[in-house]
Amino acid sequence: MAFSSSITTIPQTLNFTSSNKLSLSSSTTSFHLSFPSFQSNSFKTITTTSPHITRAHAPPSPVTTTAASSFHGLCYVVGDNIDTDQIIPAEHLTLVPSNPDEYQKLGSFALIGLPDSYSVRFVESGETKTKYSIIIGGANFGCGSSREHAPVALGASGAAAVVAESYARIFFRNSVATGEVYPLESETRLCEECRTGDVVTVELEENRLINHTTGKEYQLKPIGDAGPVIEAGGIFAYARKTGMIPTR
Amino acid sequence: MASSLVPSTSFFHTKKDLSLSAFSSPSSQRCHKHASKRITCSVAAPQQTQRQPSSTGSVKTAMTMTEKIMAKASEKGHVTPGDNIWVDVDVLMTHDVCGPGSIGIFKKEFGQDAKVWDREKVVIIPDHYIFTSDERANRNVDILRDFCHEQDIKYFYDIKDLSNFKVNPDYKGVCHIALAQEGHCRPGEVLLGTDSHTCTAGAFGQFATGIGNTDAGFVLGAGKLLLKVPPTLRFVMDGEMPNYLLAKDLILQIIGEISVAGATYKSMEFVGSTVESLNMEERMTLCNMVVEAGGKNGVIPPDSITYKYLEGKTSVPYEPVYSDQQARFLSEYRFDVSKLEPLVAKPHSPDNRALARECKDVKINRVYIGSCTGGKTEDFMAAAKVFLASGKKVKVPTFLVPATQKVWMDVYSLPVPGSGGKTCSQIFEEAGCDTPASPSCGACLGGPKDTYARMNEPQVCVSTTNRNFPGRMGHREGEIYLASPYTAAASALTGYVTDPREFLQ
Repeated sequence: MAFSSSITTIPQTLNFTSSNKLSLSSSTTSFHLSFPSFQSNSFKTITTTSPHITRAHAPPSPVTTTAASSFHGLCYVVGDNIDTDQIIPAEHLTLVPSNPDEYQKLGSFALIGLPDSYSVRFVESGETKTKYSIIIGGANFGCGSSREHAPVALGASGAAAVVAESYARIFFRNSVATGEVYPLESETRLCEECRTGDVVTVELEENRLINHTTGKEYQLKPIGDAGPVIEAGGIFAYARKTGMIPTR
Repeated sequence: MASSLVPSTSFFHTKKDLSLSAFSSPSSQRCHKHASKRITCSVAAPQQTQRQPSSTGSVKTAMTMTEKIMAKASEKGHVTPGDNIWVDVDVLMTHDVCGPGSIGIFKKEFGQDAKVWDREKVVIIPDHYIFTSDERANRNVDILRDFCHEQDIKYFYDIKDLSNFKVNPDYKGVCHIALAQEGHCRPGEVLLGTDSHTCTAGAFGQFATGIGNTDAGFVLGAGKLLLKVPPTLRFVMDGEMPNYLLAKDLILQIIGEISVAGATYKSMEFVGSTVESLNMEERMTLCNMVVEAGGKNGVIPPDSITYKYLEGKTSVPYEPVYSDQQARFLSEYRFDVSKLEPLVAKPHSPDNRALARECKDVKINRVYIGSCTGGKTEDFMAAAKVFLASGKKVKVPTFLVPATQKVWMDVYSLPVPGSGGKTCSQIFEEAGCDTPASPSCGACLGGPKDTYARMNEPQVCVSTTNRNFPGRMGHREGEIYLASPYTAAASALTGYVTDPREFLQ
């Protein structure tokens, strides 16, 4: 279950080492990356051995960016209308996401509000990270409150992407604004096709999800221009990288 | 950036006539609701009061209210649904739950010494986790206070002495109600808030919507935000409102009709003779829950009731706008309110609509009256009316949490019509309810473990609040029936989900 990214290079290709922020082991993997249409000037480091990389707080570093990636790992499957209280119950909203310690704590509570019928928990009791890198949901994922704690908790737990049939508006926007998770939309109802614990790969560039456990492949909807914003680490990072606002 | 974050919307124009059969059995209507759709090429504007050309604006292309407000705020002559535009913000509201994070982002991105774009346009309202011993919650209010002092924020509704809210004259309570009561909701303006129920202010003909911390951090520094112009769904509600219905029933009807995602990315405009007859608090209830249908905002055309409410509350000049006669609506829904019956939303979704009388065998453990949705003065007056009519005592614990200090005062001072001069508080006491608690968001969203009336056991609650997803009021196995204050009070009197007509007729 390593984070990997391999794309054809357009302006330039770089090799660098990275590990999945979700990886249980600290194994590193080497990969190519490229960016088809971007001027390279700054880049959010997807650094190496630490499994605790937090997208939102990663410092910029002067490397080219990657426009597309793939995520590989175990999936965690939920149903329709997973609201923000199930993603991060209100009692934990005293945690302030912009405070790094509290950011980590938010991750440990990700999806803790799911009913007991979810016998397999997203984050095991006593753990701070999830072993599931991809969440698969039904319709209207993230409905409810505007709390940014929701995508932050998922990102802080180590999840890289949510693949759902559809999203509530504010959750989608907060996911992109923070760059915490990729909110990807599926063409079909994947929450009935996949099971928690299946091994899946999401290929962003190909808009594809592969379920290795079942051997099936599914089409995803393109993330479009939101992709580079998330990749950059959110709107501020993206705006700085592209020169929309001055670099600080 | 955000310009491309939203899936494109396909435009079609439909007109739905839901006036008759939709009301006889709303729950069965869900599965075949599309059957009643009539597709037409255009949508006629509903009957509305004649307006001066100056108020509708002389535009070449017709626009809806929401489009007009956004056009004005982006200094454009015309906008179209789907346009991504930079909108100037008239008011940014934040509270103790999302304020500290928004401030953190503002400081990180704009600098430790940065100043907010306009100290008079930022409104900061502690309201969520106030009366708790939770240290982090208390700290979050301290963070707000420090920031407001540092930035010289003009509107900060502070609370320092948690032991008695009444000794804190600045403290208001639930932000959405406080915004209205303190004159921050003005027709034609743009209000953004770090709370999904910011849409409540649409009752004033304002564009109001909820945003996240990162967007709020941006607004704090820049005073504007990139927003996508939503298409508008129009809800035409006509007919005399029966005396056993409240606006809560209307919005539960609508959400049940279009589902919890039926208005995702869309604006919801409420018009018609019924809407015109509603007071401001009832209009706020209607707009408050548009987010429960996924809506971006809700709007109601301002009128003399709006202006009357605003009298003495604000000295800021405002300019109301109205949808043009030829404005394009994505779809139109028509309701004959006179045929509607009291409703509930069953666990665990606000669109899980049922008639209250269909749930008469559901035994309940408690009743909660409070929140931005159902904790306003009129909500308590409505509950008191039912208790007064019955003359009986409640059979389950009944928790009352006035939204704001002003509401609390009203509960203790305003005479309930037909009671011979009794106040709500007296009627509640006689009915055996819990003493009205300190104003705040309370247990609507669970909150810290020591929150008053939090559902710490897997109980069944009838609540005047807005959401009933698992865990919303505390315990994740708890069951919440969303209902109007009439239905909540009636249910308290029987210990079962109860149609208020049992007491009101």
